[in-house]
Amino acid sequence: MRLADTLRFARDAAAGYPLRTALSVLAMSIGVAAVVILTALGDGARRYVVGQFASIGTNLVIVLPGRSGTGGFNPANAITTTPRDLTIDDAAALLRAAGVRRVAPLAVGTSEISFGGRLREVMVAGSVSDFLPIRNFELVQGSGLPDDDWSRGAPVAVIGATIRDELFGGEPAVGKLVRVGDRRLRVVGVLKPVGQGLGLNTDELVIVPVALAQAMFNSNTLFRILIEATSREAIPEVKERALEILRQRHRGEEDVTVITQDAILATFDKLLGTLTLGVAGIAAISLAVAGILVMNVMLVAVTQRTGEIGLLKALGAPARTIRLAFLTEAAMLSTVGALLGYLLGESGAFALRQFFPVFPAYPPDWAVIAGLGTALVTGLLFGVMPARRAARLDPVQALMKH
Amino acid sequence: MALIELKGIERVFQLGDAAVHALAGLDLRIDNGEYVAVMGPSGSGKSTLLNLLGLLDRPNSGTYRLEGRDVTTLSADEQARVRSERIGFVFQSFHLVPRLTAAENIALPMMLAGIPARERNARVARALAGFGLENRADHRPDQLSGGQRQRVAIARATIMQPALILADEPTGNLDRHTGDEVVNLLESLNAGGVTLIVVTHDQAMGARARRRIVMEDGRIDHDSSHAPG
Ligand SMILES: Nc1ncnc2c1ncn2[C@@H]1O[C@H](COP(=O)(O)OP(=O)(O)OP(=O)(O)O)[C@@H](O)[C@H]1O
Ligand SMILES: [Mg+2]
Repeated sequence: MRLADTLRFARDAAAGYPLRTALSVLAMSIGVAAVVILTALGDGARRYVVGQFASIGTNLVIVLPGRSGTGGFNPANAITTTPRDLTIDDAAALLRAAGVRRVAPLAVGTSEISFGGRLREVMVAGSVSDFLPIRNFELVQGSGLPDDDWSRGAPVAVIGATIRDELFGGEPAVGKLVRVGDRRLRVVGVLKPVGQGLGLNTDELVIVPVALAQAMFNSNTLFRILIEATSREAIPEVKERALEILRQRHRGEEDVTVITQDAILATFDKLLGTLTLGVAGIAAISLAVAGILVMNVMLVAVTQRTGEIGLLKALGAPARTIRLAFLTEAAMLSTVGALLGYLLGESGAFALRQFFPVFPAYPPDWAVIAGLGTALVTGLLFGVMPARRAARLDPVQALMKH
Repeated sequence: MALIELKGIERVFQLGDAAVHALAGLDLRIDNGEYVAVMGPSGSGKSTLLNLLGLLDRPNSGTYRLEGRDVTTLSADEQARVRSERIGFVFQSFHLVPRLTAAENIALPMMLAGIPARERNARVARALAGFGLENRADHRPDQLSGGQRQRVAIARATIMQPALILADEPTGNLDRHTGDEVVNLLESLNAGGVTLIVVTHDQAMGARARRRIVMEDGRIDHDSSHAPG
């Protein structure tokens, strides 16, 4: 039989039994839709977390005081028990390293802020003018910290949007004097509201010059040093240089930890990617179930159409033709089911994105390809058995079953 | 020339412990262009014989030569090819595919044989005209009368221009009038040179055949070509 005829014959046969055709197409489409939607959810979660991390800044290298557990035994560590503090001078020294675009020392503490009788507790971040661009913070009003000597603690503050609302209501805040702890500071800028992301909520943050913060908290130490590398490629080199410079400054002791945003991102990426894979695996089971259903539907079809198979044999159809006709029909059922399921899944993911706009629920390409592929392969594999059974029927017996 | 030569054909069905000899030591020769009626009581082996002649069934022993060629030793696919090219079947219950139109049912053997659509359409159009079915081409079997269905089935059996037509009680499901029409149709095919073998219970119909074979318990009880007179 010619290919076009085989296809038409299979199509007409499928159309001739609408109920069982609809049933198997439905099962297959639910399976594929499950793969598409579940992986869209999983991959959406991954993208969401990665996006949140990326918004912390670009090409970030972060220096923390103290040594992390890894790295092995270092005799220098055995002698001194407490690590040296990170200082503003340490941060300034890092500015000279190749591949470094910007550096921002960061000191943090909590204090109280008050204005016109209103008072609340706040998180105070002491840093420098480059802190804002490094962290991708934007201003809605005024300007950032003054770009002057890091050791000069000018009495100014940049405040978060929530603090502005609570202290000033609708009034303009820039230029006003507020009290933070026992200091009087002039508000020079207001941060753009961002809402809760990963990490700290900048809407409730007060940013002051780093020297001022250290004076307020009566400490010389830094919480972090943030370094922005000139490019993604420069990150490993910057990490090495930063370690090297700080080791020299700390008399040969490696008493800091340098982490890169890349490394954290990669960890999360991998973790959530594995999650998506797991979810896809679960969805694939529904595909296997759909395949078994297609097999049963085709077995029923063989029984229902025994008389027809006997007739085809009497009319001179070789076993191969009959096998092919039934296999084509099974393949058609799963193809139509798979495509329908793909559309169903895509519209499900679309609906998810409409309801949760922050959540990028797009199915990954590999999942779509794997889902469609699995559907077609299971459809074919599970179609083989009924097709072979049909081809093996005894023509006389088959003809009598009419 | 002999179209069919059967020698020592045995066909045994095993039913539990009992062996049913549906055909027992059957010898038969049928020449090209003959018109044979096979008759006999129920269970005498008529359908079994016809299935065997149509290569739908294999004998337990004996040889079957079709057009001089031993066909019992052929593979299943080779037998399918012989059925496709040399043999046409007409059944008592028509055996039309319900979802296909009259034209598609007639075209089915050609489609299975891989004949291109254009040639199929031309031959189906000629067959429809020849069997008086022009206006029924697009009707499905459930939209046809019994007589029309059997005409479609006969058109299908002849569309590959076989040498042999096997009909198992072709008028069994028809009233006398339409039955006669169908018999006329089959006889006109035979007049055109096709060998015709009809199984029937109907004495009147059997009487119309030039040769009558009466079966009894899997044997040929009476064969008019060998009968005296
Ligand atoms: N598949 C089978 N299994 C077992 N026995 C069978 C089978 N087919 C036929 N027989 C037996 O073989 C014998 C001949 O059957 P067959 O169908 O050839 O009879 P028939 O002459 O066509 O009868 P009828 O006029 O009723 O159609 C019967 O005894 C029947 O029971
Ligand atoms: Mg019979």
